[in-house]
Amino acid sequence: MSEKANGNEVLKLENITMQFGGVVAINNLSLQVNQGEIVALIGPNGAGKTTAFNCITGVYEPTNGIVYFHGKPIAVNHPQGKMKKAYGGENGSLYANRKPLVYTPDRITHMGIARTFQNIRLFKSQTAFENVLIATHLRCKSNFLTASFRLNMHEEKAMREKSMKLLEIVGLAEEANELATSLPYGKQRRLEIARALATDPTLLLLDEPAAGMNPQETDELGEFIVEIKNRFNLTVFMIEHHMNLVMDISDRIYVLDFGKQIAEGTPEEIQKNPVVIAAYLGVDEE
Amino acid sequence: MNQKKSKLPMIITLALVAAVYVAVFVAEQMLPSTSMVFTVLKKGATYALVAVSMNLLNGFTGIFSLGQAGFMLVGAYVYGIFTIPVAQRASVYQYFDGGLVQFTVPVVVALVMAGLAAAFFAYLIGLPVLRLKSDYLAIATLGFAEIIRAIFQWNGLGPITNGSNMLRAFPNFNDFNIRDAEGNVTVYLSTLIPFLIAGVCILLIVLLINSSYGRALKAVRDDEVAAEAMGINLAHHKQLAFCISSFFAGVGGAMLAMYQTTVQAKSFTSAMTYEILLIVVIGGIGSVSGSVISSFLFVACSEWWLRFLDEKQMIGDFEVPLLRTGFRMVVFSVIIMIVVLFFRRGIMGDKELPDLLSRRLEKKGRAAK
Repeated sequence: MSEKANGNEVLKLENITMQFGGVVAINNLSLQVNQGEIVALIGPNGAGKTTAFNCITGVYEPTNGIVYFHGKPIAVNHPQGKMKKAYGGENGSLYANRKPLVYTPDRITHMGIARTFQNIRLFKSQTAFENVLIATHLRCKSNFLTASFRLNMHEEKAMREKSMKLLEIVGLAEEANELATSLPYGKQRRLEIARALATDPTLLLLDEPAAGMNPQETDELGEFIVEIKNRFNLTVFMIEHHMNLVMDISDRIYVLDFGKQIAEGTPEEIQKNPVVIAAYLGVDEE
Repeated sequence: MNQKKSKLPMIITLALVAAVYVAVFVAEQMLPSTSMVFTVLKKGATYALVAVSMNLLNGFTGIFSLGQAGFMLVGAYVYGIFTIPVAQRASVYQYFDGGLVQFTVPVVVALVMAGLAAAFFAYLIGLPVLRLKSDYLAIATLGFAEIIRAIFQWNGLGPITNGSNMLRAFPNFNDFNIRDAEGNVTVYLSTLIPFLIAGVCILLIVLLINSSYGRALKAVRDDEVAAEAMGINLAHHKQLAFCISSFFAGVGGAMLAMYQTTVQAKSFTSAMTYEILLIVVIGGIGSVSGSVISSFLFVACSEWWLRFLDEKQMIGDFEVPLLRTGFRMVVFSVIIMIVVLFFRRGIMGDKELPDLLSRRLEKKGRAAK
C-alpha cells in the first residue's frame, strides 16, 4: 500500500495487531478516519476497542502493523525476538523489513492527537481551571527558568485566557475554581474534553464519552461533540456503547469483535448488517 | 470573574515573613550570641531549605527519593573545598601535602557551585534511576547516596576531598558578623544571613512550583498516564525536578557545612535523609510553608526543648524516673508515631499559609454579613 495520503485521511491503521503474551487483543485491524468525519468504533466488552486507542496514542507499541497520522507513520512494528514464534495474528511477515518506530504518548499529543479516558483521569488535586491550564503546557515556549522568573508573562496570560475560554465553551466557567473531582460526573466528562482540546488537536479520540450518562445527558453530549467538531475543525474518532448516540452523530462505524473487525459502514448499513446483529446487537440476554 | 483571588492573604503572609526577618535581626543584636535560640534558628533555616527541596520531589512531583543526604554531602564538600583559605590548606590537608586545589572563590559563588555540583550528580543518577517507580526508586536513590558517601571518603581522592579526614577552617555563619578594627562584633548577621540564603532559595522553589512547569509536575504526581497523554514528557520533567531539588539540597548542604563549621562525609548518613523526610511528613506533603514550620519545630525539639529529658531532673526531693541519656530520642519517636497515626496529613496538609488565611478571612466575612 502507498504511504501517500490522499489529502483527506487523518488517521489510518494498517494491519494492526496487538498481542499480550499469548493473547491477541487486536488482530489485523485496518481502518481509516477522514478529515471532518465522526467515526465510531463499537463492539462488545473486551473486543479490543480501548487497546486500539492505546496503540494509536502510543501507550502500547503494536505488535505488528503501521499507524499513519496525516499520512506520516507514527508507529511501525513487526513481531521481533520471542514474539516471532509466539505471534498469533495475521500478516506477521508483511512489515519484516520495515524499521520499527515508536513515539511516546507525549510526542503523539504534540503531533495533534488528543484523547479522553474511559475511566475519567482528571488531575485530582487540581481545580477545573488548572486541569485545562496544565494541558496548554505542551505548547509553552518558555523554559523552566524564564517560566519561574515570570519572564513569559504574555504567554502565561494567553494560556490562562485560552483555558478560561475553553471552560466557557464546554459550559464550566462557573465551576472554574472547583476541585475537578468534586464536579458531577457529566461535567467531569466535559472537563476532560476541554482538557483534550487545550492541547490544540486535529484529531480527538473519545473513549466512551457518554459512559454513565442518562439519555438526556447523552443527547446533549451528542450535540456538544458535533458543535466542538465544527468549531475547532476537528476529526473525531470515538468508542461508544450508547447506540442512539453512535447512530445519531457518526458518519461511519467500525465494529470490532474479539479483536477482529467484523463490519464497516454507515449507521444504516451497520444496523442492517446480520453479522453485527448476531455478534452484538442481537444477543438476547434473557 | 471568580478566578481572581483576593490578594490580602498573600500580603499578610509576606508581611509575616518580613516580620520574622526583622525579629531575627533585632533578637540577634539584643540576646547573647551563645543563646540556644540561634542554634535552632540557624539549623532550622538550613533544614527548612533541604526539606522544601525534598518536598519539591516527594510532594509536588510524586517522586519518592531518599538521596537527599548524598546531594547535601556533595554541596557541603564543594563549598568546603573551594572556600578554605589558601593559608590554611597546608594544615587542613596535612596528610595530602596541602591538597590539589590552591585557590578560593567568594562564598556566594561557592554556594552556587555547591548547588550545580549536586545537580550534576543528580543528572547522572537520574538517567538510569528515574525509570523506576515509588519504593524501587527510593531504594535506588538511597543506594546512590551511600555510594557518594563512600567515594568522598576514598583516600584516592584525598588531595581534593581530604579522604576521611574532616574539612575545616572555611568561612562559617559567624564570619558574616561585621566586626570593627579590634575584632569586636558591631552588627550580628550570623543568623540573618542563613535566613536570607534559605529564604531566597525557597522563594525560587515557590516561583517554580507556581509556574507552568510546576503545574506540569503536579500533573505528573496526580496521574502519570493522563499527564503523558496531555503532552507532558515524563522523563524530561522528572529529570528537571530531580536536578532542581538536588541543586537546592546541595546549597542546603553547604549551609549545613557553615553551621557545623566542619565537614566529614561520615556524618551524611541515611539517618539524615530520614530526619528530613520526617520534617516533610510532619509539615505536610505538598506544602512549602508546612515544611518550613515543621523544620523549625523539629530542630527546636531535638536540639533544645526536649534536651532536659537527657538529664537527671529533681522535683523537690523526688527524682523523676526514666530520664537519662538517650531518653529524648524515645520521647521523640513517640511524638512522631502520634503524628503519623493521628495527623497523617501533617501540620498543613497540602495547603499553604495564604490558603489558610484566605479561608479564615472568608469565614469572618460571612460572619460579618
